Amino acid sequence: MNIVVFIKRVPDTESKIRIRRETNTLVEEGLNFIISPNDEYALEEALRLRETKGGKVTAVTLGGEESLPILRKGLAMGVDEAVLIKDDLKETYDGLRIARILAAAVRVRFADADLLLFGRMSVGADNAQVPAMAAEFLGWPQATVVTKLEIDGPAGIAYREIEGAVEKTVFSLPAVVSAQKGLNEPRYETLKGIMAAKKKVIPILTPADLGLRAEETWPVVEVLGIEIPTAKAAGRILTGTPEETARELVRLLRDEAKVI
Amino acid sequence: MILTYIEVREGKIKKSSLEALGEARRRAGELNVAAAAVLLGGGLDDLCVELGSRGAEKVFVLENSELNFYSAQGTAHVLAGLIAEIAPLAVFFAASALGKDLAPRLAARLGVGLASDCVKTAVRNGRLEFTRPIYAGKAFLTLALKSSPQLATLRPNVFAPGDTAAAGEMVKKTVVLPDGAVKGRVSEILGESGGAIDVSEAEIVISGGRGLRAPESFQLLNELAAILPKAAVGASRSAVDSGWIGHSHQVGQTGKTVSPNLYLAFGISGAIQHLAGMSSSKIIVAVNKDPEAPIFKVADYGIVGDVFQIIPALKDELKKILAD
Repeated sequence: MNIVVFIKRVPDTESKIRIRRETNTLVEEGLNFIISPNDEYALEEALRLRETKGGKVTAVTLGGEESLPILRKGLAMGVDEAVLIKDDLKETYDGLRIARILAAAVRVRFADADLLLFGRMSVGADNAQVPAMAAEFLGWPQATVVTKLEIDGPAGIAYREIEGAVEKTVFSLPAVVSAQKGLNEPRYETLKGIMAAKKKVIPILTPADLGLRAEETWPVVEVLGIEIPTAKAAGRILTGTPEETARELVRLLRDEAKVI
Repeated sequence: MILTYIEVREGKIKKSSLEALGEARRRAGELNVAAAAVLLGGGLDDLCVELGSRGAEKVFVLENSELNFYSAQGTAHVLAGLIAEIAPLAVFFAASALGKDLAPRLAARLGVGLASDCVKTAVRNGRLEFTRPIYAGKAFLTLALKSSPQLATLRPNVFAPGDTAAAGEMVKKTVVLPDGAVKGRVSEILGESGGAIDVSEAEIVISGGRGLRAPESFQLLNELAAILPKAAVGASRSAVDSGWIGHSHQVGQTGKTVSPNLYLAFGISGAIQHLAGMSSSKIIVAVNKDPEAPIFKVADYGIVGDVFQIIPALKDELKKILAD
């Protein structure tokens, strides 16, 4: 089966975020960038499916050339091909335009795909929109936030997390699945893989190559402002024996904070 | 009109849907338009009365036996049909597991933008504005959508449910799905926890981290959660990665973002990615043996000490007052 995995370059989750006020954009200087952690589960699942069912795995990202290193990492993990769709816009927080571009890429470049895999949500934009949107643009079924996936011939079963329970979803292929922590344990890239990845050519496409007119990729999200929350005033430290502090805490939660 | 999609689980309207309807009603009032609700299924007349009492002027009930089991594809199809007919200005959803699965599918079907997981909405110059966390709450983005209708999912536990009654006029519609329109659907719901509350919906979250030292210690947190109403047990990434508790409990940038009324952190140092996922909680309590732990910087109340002594003492105190 042929699988396309969509990945995204995001700031390391341990980083502090700064925003350039005039432009409402992320200050990238000094930030470390990684593959969005949920996307690694998607990559791993694709590689495992290829190991049992054969076929080809392609990693795709949308972004500038600064996204090439995450594609190299995908290649080092073992994907067969990596493709960059070059996007001149920085983070737009707009799932619709991203999904539209990726769906066009599937129609034009990956029409033989049986499965599209995404991470549940990219850390950063925190939208969790693109997988379901891409599925709708293609007319394919979807299973999002998946912690277990079984593919059997032309059909799939996915187990997805809902509040306090697990939903079993059945679907036909081709389909879109988004991966959640718990699906698998992503592998590390090997030295051999890293060396081989350096030699691979990464094709670069543009939205125009995918047959999209410029206005089809204009954002519908208008960014009005980005605020960093102000630091909270220091809280109260309770002192005494465990019994005393517990009693005081319960009193404060009840009488002062009124939350119990 | 602002339309709110209402989720029904086990015959009851989800609280997060009533919160979304409450916010829809408030904004609809400012925009001088009606608030309406839509739900799927049959035999729901009682629920329509309830939705009226919570501010819905109209309640659309869409009936199709194929949708007795949830399908994002099928549901988006029938909702798009209703939206084409009634042309709402905005459609609100709870940012629940279902809302987050359905809303983007519908947005793509309509070719419109979506504001996900909003924590605030406002009307300015006659236009809706949405505020939502990005980078797991390290920053907040305020946005407007240039497409119509404007779709938004609203984070559970943030918005007040509506308290003004409206007509609640029920409009039943039998909807049809073309053959082959549904290529995937839910076949079964496996109740892992017998109706336990999820961390993302709980009013009180009791979380443990590396300081709990062993998986058995989470039993202490379960005991606290059993005493407190609407409480759920959460965990830091290191506790989850150590295999002490399932990943569905993980709070933080790579887990779930939560906004409960009360967040209790036991033995959690407070890595940036954890703080990002819980710092919008209304009241935060930290218990940690290290007085320098970063978690104390966001805590309203802190106790420097041994979690294994403080949890039992806290349990005794809570039992006393909750028994009253």
